[in-house]
Amino acid sequence: MSTPATLAINDYLPPPSGLGRRLRHCFGHRGFALGAGLLLLIIIGAVCAPLLAPHDPYAQDVMQRMKPPVWMAKGTWQYPLGTDKLGRDYLSRLLFGARISLFIGLAAAVISGLIGTVLGLLAGYFGGKVDALISYLITTRLAMPVVMVALASASLMGGSLNVVIVLLGCLLWDRFAVVVRAAVQQIRDAEYVAAAQALGCTTPRILFSEILPNLVGALIVVATLEMAHAILLESALSFLGVGVQPPTPSWGLMIAEGKPYMFFSPWVIAIPGVALMLLVLAINLLGDGIRDLILPDGRN
Amino acid sequence: MLGFLLRRLGIALCVAVTVSLISFSLLHLSGDLATAIGGPEASSEQIEQIRVQYGLDKPLATQYVNWLGDVLRLDLGNSFFFQESVYNLIASRLPITLSLGAMALVVALVVAIPLGVLAAVKRDTWIDRLALSIAVLGQAMPSFWFALMLIVLFAVTLHWLPVSGNATWAHFVMPAIALGYYATPAIMRLTRAGMLDVLASDYIRTARAKGLRPGRVLFKHALRNALIPVVAVAAVEFGFMLGGSVVIETVFSLQGIGQLAWDAIARNDFPVVQAVVLLIALIYIVLTLLADLLNAVLDPRIRVR
Repeated sequence: MSTPATLAINDYLPPPSGLGRRLRHCFGHRGFALGAGLLLLIIIGAVCAPLLAPHDPYAQDVMQRMKPPVWMAKGTWQYPLGTDKLGRDYLSRLLFGARISLFIGLAAAVISGLIGTVLGLLAGYFGGKVDALISYLITTRLAMPVVMVALASASLMGGSLNVVIVLLGCLLWDRFAVVVRAAVQQIRDAEYVAAAQALGCTTPRILFSEILPNLVGALIVVATLEMAHAILLESALSFLGVGVQPPTPSWGLMIAEGKPYMFFSPWVIAIPGVALMLLVLAINLLGDGIRDLILPDGRN
Repeated sequence: MLGFLLRRLGIALCVAVTVSLISFSLLHLSGDLATAIGGPEASSEQIEQIRVQYGLDKPLATQYVNWLGDVLRLDLGNSFFFQESVYNLIASRLPITLSLGAMALVVALVVAIPLGVLAAVKRDTWIDRLALSIAVLGQAMPSFWFALMLIVLFAVTLHWLPVSGNATWAHFVMPAIALGYYATPAIMRLTRAGMLDVLASDYIRTARAKGLRPGRVLFKHALRNALIPVVAVAAVEFGFMLGGSVVIETVFSLQGIGQLAWDAIARNDFPVVQAVVLLIALIYIVLTLLADLLNAVLDPRIRVR
């Protein structure tokens, strides 16, 4: 993984002469604009799900099972994306499912970010034995097959929203640690760090108020990657039945529930899958865009 | 070079021991194993008997050392569910997962390297942007969903390929695409970045200046050097694929170790889960070690670090 030499954000942004100009600069980047717009739409859909959803996502109606979406021959506007095998409105479930995906992605990224950042800071700043130990931890973590360990642990502890979040948080910190470690190694000898040391600042203060602010850009970029990663892993866990449990409308679970019907009604798995893909795509585009905008050195 | 080799071996060994410790503790996450093995209907005497039979009455450290000793002698214990030795179970299924991984890697390389080279040569044109879009889209798709969509298209709609099983090579085509596609973006980006780096270097300018044909410059001079980091990443990706095969094998009912692990997880068959996690981690450790060494041989600058 290449880590840009300079991580100061302000060097690369136009002079801070107003929010409007900054936004225009950001949205001039096509990937960023597309990702941010798409993500914003999904967030609005998730936050306003109770207002937007035409039906109760849990309400079953045996008379209205497996209704096709509106663009198909027998579709109606009453159920714009059709209904599932229990007659629950697919659009409503999709909207509420966005909450699950976003929440798990965000929470897992925060937990793994905390673990990885602390480890990376310590390894990069102290070097020597501390670095050797933490690098060793990172190597060990990378050697564990994530999907399999996550599946086994989730199955043993019983799948639930909280278990999935904690598990993913504890499994996905490696990239944070690697990136933070490399970045800290490059700035620990900077003059302002030496100045803080000479002034007698405590080590935590140097780490958190002198060094950490310089890593914000890199951290945001890694956080988007891990958020996307966590969302994909959650969908896989839920798909296999050890993640979020029914009747919660998780997109991975919706694909699992639709799987027996996919031969005759492929739309039941296509719709939640496309939703997942768009969400992850939006987050990845946003992350790529942020990297290009604030860390142009990392670009090839 | 010898120092480098020994240091890498030492680290790999330490990591292997730690990984074995983690796979061992995986088993004890669930609380009381004897109860889990006995099932809900077992009486307390039966549970006690199971405890003694499996050595669960001994201290954890003793259990770990005993287990590790057995593992080193390739005795992985017996499966609770399959009523067979774990060694035999894995031995009979590993070839399927390895073939799947190899085919997936071939798919990934065949798609990623040409696309990466093309994207680098045609930098900032629509070809470059198209290649990048394919990479971004590839990273955004859940692999199991992509697999299901492949089934809907190629098996159900077009009838070109069988839905599931592992009888013929045709059964491996869709799983290999589904598994390999996920590794494509990383390899493509790396190839592209490597090519861009190399193409901007002095020796490429020299090669061009002395009038070599563009094709020769591109493939003989540039690609060879650009692919050095790809070798390492391909090895690592192969390790990831073996770990990720659990999802794909489950979707396609391929009887490899991924499916074995999933069956074992679903039935609390701990000896099998432990052994598969350990095996995949060990394969990954060996692969990264080989990749490091290969890199050091190909690129002498790495040895100094």
